[in-house]
Amino acid sequence: MVTHIEPKRVYLAVFAALMVLTVLTVWVSYFDMGDLSIVVALAIAVTKATLVVLFFMHARHSPRLTKFVIAAGFCWLVILIGLTLSDYFTRTWLPLPQGW
Amino acid sequence: MSEHTAVAAVEHPAVLQHQFDDLEQQMDASTLGMWVFLLTEIMFFGGLFAAYTVYRAAYPEGFAAGSLRLDLMLGGLNTVVLIASSLTMALAVRAAQLGKRQDLVAFLSATLGLGLVFLVVKVFEYHHKYVERLIPGPNFFFDGPHAAQAHMMFCFYFAMTGMHALHMVVGVGLLTYFIAKARSGRYTAQYYWPVEVMGLYWHFVDIVWIFLFPLLYLIGHRGVH
Amino acid sequence: MSTVLTAPPVETKTNYLNESYGIKSWLLTKDHKRIALLYLAAITFFFAVGGFFAVLIRLELITPAGDLMQPETYNKAFTMHGVMMIFFFLIPAVPAVLGNFLVPMMIGARDLAFPRINLLSWYIYMVGGVFTLYAMVAGGVDTGWTFYTPYSSTYSNTQVMATAIGIFILGFSSILTGLNFIVTIHKMRAPGLTWFRLPLFIWAHYATSVIQILGTPVVAIAIVLVGLERAFRIGIFDPKLGGDPILFQHLFWFYSHPAVYIMILPSMGVISELVTCFSRKKIFGYGFVAMSSVAIAVLGFLVWGHHMFVSGQSVYAGMVFSILSYLVAIPSAIKVFNWTATLYRGSISYQTPLLYALGFIGLFTIGGLTGLFLANLAVDVHLHDTYFVVGHFHYIMVGGAIMGYLGGLHFWWPKITGRLYPEGWARLSALVLFVGFNLTFFPQFILGYLGMPRRYHAYPEEFQVLNVMSSAGASILAVGYIIPMIYLIWSMRYGKPAPANPWGATGLEWQIPSPPPSYNFEKTPVVTEEPYVYSHEEAQVV
Repeated sequence: MVTHIEPKRVYLAVFAALMVLTVLTVWVSYFDMGDLSIVVALAIAVTKATLVVLFFMHARHSPRLTKFVIAAGFCWLVILIGLTLSDYFTRTWLPLPQGW
Repeated sequence: MSEHTAVAAVEHPAVLQHQFDDLEQQMDASTLGMWVFLLTEIMFFGGLFAAYTVYRAAYPEGFAAGSLRLDLMLGGLNTVVLIASSLTMALAVRAAQLGKRQDLVAFLSATLGLGLVFLVVKVFEYHHKYVERLIPGPNFFFDGPHAAQAHMMFCFYFAMTGMHALHMVVGVGLLTYFIAKARSGRYTAQYYWPVEVMGLYWHFVDIVWIFLFPLLYLIGHRGVH
Repeated sequence: MSTVLTAPPVETKTNYLNESYGIKSWLLTKDHKRIALLYLAAITFFFAVGGFFAVLIRLELITPAGDLMQPETYNKAFTMHGVMMIFFFLIPAVPAVLGNFLVPMMIGARDLAFPRINLLSWYIYMVGGVFTLYAMVAGGVDTGWTFYTPYSSTYSNTQVMATAIGIFILGFSSILTGLNFIVTIHKMRAPGLTWFRLPLFIWAHYATSVIQILGTPVVAIAIVLVGLERAFRIGIFDPKLGGDPILFQHLFWFYSHPAVYIMILPSMGVISELVTCFSRKKIFGYGFVAMSSVAIAVLGFLVWGHHMFVSGQSVYAGMVFSILSYLVAIPSAIKVFNWTATLYRGSISYQTPLLYALGFIGLFTIGGLTGLFLANLAVDVHLHDTYFVVGHFHYIMVGGAIMGYLGGLHFWWPKITGRLYPEGWARLSALVLFVGFNLTFFPQFILGYLGMPRRYHAYPEEFQVLNVMSSAGASILAVGYIIPMIYLIWSMRYGKPAPANPWGATGLEWQIPSPPPSYNFEKTPVVTEEPYVYSHEEAQVV
């Protein structure tokens, strides 16, 4: 059984990074960046989530299969949201018929 | 892997279940099982996130207006609390790996405490919303433009944070069980992985919040006060 | 162990059936084989309930006038028929019964990875069933099995909540079964059993489990939102409050389209086993058949919008979904061609399981090809919500999934019970089923093409002849279901004792006694060759 034991300081460093990113995401929300603000907010959230997955959840030292499962989760989330939005974002391309 | 017989399995330590050949196989199966379960959780919350995306794209003003009515202080506090609980959870797993029973109990208890703090803060927030009549439904009252759109925003606020809180409650229950087991010395350096598997669940719930926080609390442009 | 020269008599040998007795030993069992039998009993019950509603529907449709039932009652009848058959029978049928019984055995394991979770999933299934049965006796539900909003969330005054709760709970049963299979197939294969030595039944179940894992949670959250909307009038799907009812259809079909593959894929796995065994040949193109299961599972998630071509979905999204839908035809066709190629020049013996397999191949082909009609945007505008759709999905689900289920049940019946079923009766009922099925559902294609809409209890007179044909076929179909039910139960007591391998089949499950001992294998088997190493000479079928 191969158990990788992470040193304590790694966890503390990750925690510090997560705190910094939390402050950052609040701070940038005070600036009006238009459509960009959601991109920035999500980018920071994805970074934070990646840190948690890699370090706290030990995905870094996990077998390939685990990484595959994580990737599958991400892909299917993209399928679900992406294909749903493919409907909503193209609905207005054609003018609605009379009576709607 | 040489010869594995049903008889040989009986001679293994008491924690080994009969269907497995050895502890390593059991650990691998448990860990994979939890990851696959988290996959279903991703899709469960994914449905909510998809619906959220659709409405936020349709009603940007209302979502922004509604978001400004959320308490950024309490939301931020809860974010810190939950990330801290993830840290203690990770340290608890580490203590389990090292077979340090005292540390394990202490870190699990800290995680439990932080989880409870989160839930208490959430109750306060929900109560404020109740007082301010921001609970979706016939009694909803929003003074300002885009009231109907803000109503939709609060639907998602309660559906998403409510679903998340429900997962927290389950996590708190699991932690209580694990603390009791850890006290009785159930987990050793060889048999540490149940703690890790439970930790995966806890971290996942933390990740959901990492997304909920900016998507709910930080939409509206608050400007510089 | 003392040296005994004579083999112990067969009756005293302990197996999973006689190892312990009493109701408790069954209700608290963690043995995957016993849990499979618990499922068998449960799904047979729900099949009978769903069948009862089918009888009501076909009786009503014998005459053009709505004379047997009120329109509201008819709505409830077809809703309960759909709910019972889809959620409580088709989705669990092959995985929960045959899969539960066979997956550990086929990979040389003593049990599934999580036996307690396996038992739990049966109880969850039963609790979901109780809620839905309650909804049925407390007045029924009339939304159709699809629960479309805003009718289900705002307007329907029937037992939507109880049914929704029942199906929400049931979903967890499906998820846990899928989770168990995935972990078991990954982690518990016998030494030497590499991925490309796995029986195709296992590949099919793996693909099915992936769908169960990824799809079911989404329909669960959709149902939660409908429940919240009904309970608190929050308006997520209510256009009056700014909600979009079509969003529900997206979330619903994200699961419910792949759910069709939950129903058909395990049966496809069964067919691969049957076709090889009864033609005494290696499967043609093993890798293609295995990968086509995975491809169906993945592509199945990309096509859900083809249920929504006329719902108000964007036409551009409709185009994308239409093109993607055609892609599913590729792996499906690969399977059909490869089964046919396997049969080609095989030493075919027309035993009952093969009759079902041949029935499956023919009917699934018709069901699949008519699916292509429906995947076509323009044609679907004409055919949407007509009996053409009803005919199409019954060809897939009844002609496909149930044929596979019954074929598999017959094939493994000697292994499950240790008894042989009466071959003559079995062949007869397979033929009766095939005839009855086609007579029931083929006229529905014509009806739909002529424009008869589904879900109406009355119809214009010119449709009567075809409807009478359909109802007559349904009564033959019913006979075809009742005969096996009788002789299979009869055979459990009076059937001839089955040898370990009555079909001369390959596969690990045939190397252990019938019925198998509790932990399946006394010694973990070591696998040294590919599956389906049949040769024409050793055709020694009982």
